Amino acid sequence: MDVTQGNKPFPGQVHEIPGGGVMLSKIDDVINWARSNSLWPLTFATSCCGIEMMSAAGAKYDFSRFGFEVARATPRQADVIIIAGTIVNKMAPVLKRLYDQMADPKYVIAMGACAISGGPFFYNTYSVVKGADHIIPVDVYVAGCPPRPEALLHSLLALQEKIRSGMTREQIRENKPV
Amino acid sequence: MTNEELKQKIGEILPDAAFEEGTEWTTLSCGPEGFLDFAARLKKESDLHFDYLFCLTAVDWKTHLTVVYHFTSTVHRHSLVVKVKLDRSQPIVESVTGLWRTAEFHEREAYDLMGITFNGHPDLRRLFLTPEYEGFPLRKDFEDPINMIKL
Repeated sequence: MDVTQGNKPFPGQVHEIPGGGVMLSKIDDVINWARSNSLWPLTFATSCCGIEMMSAAGAKYDFSRFGFEVARATPRQADVIIIAGTIVNKMAPVLKRLYDQMADPKYVIAMGACAISGGPFFYNTYSVVKGADHIIPVDVYVAGCPPRPEALLHSLLALQEKIRSGMTREQIRENKPV
Repeated sequence: MTNEELKQKIGEILPDAAFEEGTEWTTLSCGPEGFLDFAARLKKESDLHFDYLFCLTAVDWKTHLTVVYHFTSTVHRHSLVVKVKLDRSQPIVESVTGLWRTAEFHEREAYDLMGITFNGHPDLRRLFLTPEYEGFPLRKDFEDPINMIKL
């Protein structure tokens, strides 16, 4: 997925007619376009990645430029959960419940080494879940410990690209269009 | 009191105390026998007056366990570290909750993660881990069959 191209234009073709034009599009494409540009994140941070997420939300990096500005404190109003930090065994049922309470369509970003694999706690620990994808399905992984805000922005754009493509993860893996 | 005065005074109360050299605070180690009486005197003797327990933790030395108490006096501004050496197979020590209330949580933590039993503790149960958890994960020989991945 190439996210370096910047925001994609509205999906559809303009047919010029005298005095104006008609735009033809697919309703699925329009819905996906709308969804991808208004993703409300859940404020969920379990460790230091949360600080980088706050930085990405702040004025310097400002992820609201891409439609992520409405951070919600309730899962019922959120579209995307950014797992920013370590998930311990005691937190796992809480994360599962938060995910279950989010309304469809919902997306998950695993931010940082801990959320991907348990990170520095992979070996020799009794308390850390070795990857948030043991609990809930993850759409986008961001490497780093913690990832820089730019990396998080990149993952947010990748998620938007994924939503706009309208493909399931299996279709993306096989690079097959709908 | 200075380090030397503390050593002098405590040596009279507890003749078995073994003092360590070259430490920032006066440090001694002792056994669990009669520890509660010793602790009570540390608090109540007017020239010692250790009225504040600012840390209670436990260490696994593989051969034995120690419970480490950090005391300080808000009146005399002197501090003391007491290390109580415990048998690994039967780590039991008297609770100091009755003397320093703050020990209640500290002792629960030491019980939870190190498996040290504090006799006389009002509510000795797990603090961080779930009640059904088996084993004491900060012991050096602890291995979790499900979650442990070895190098």
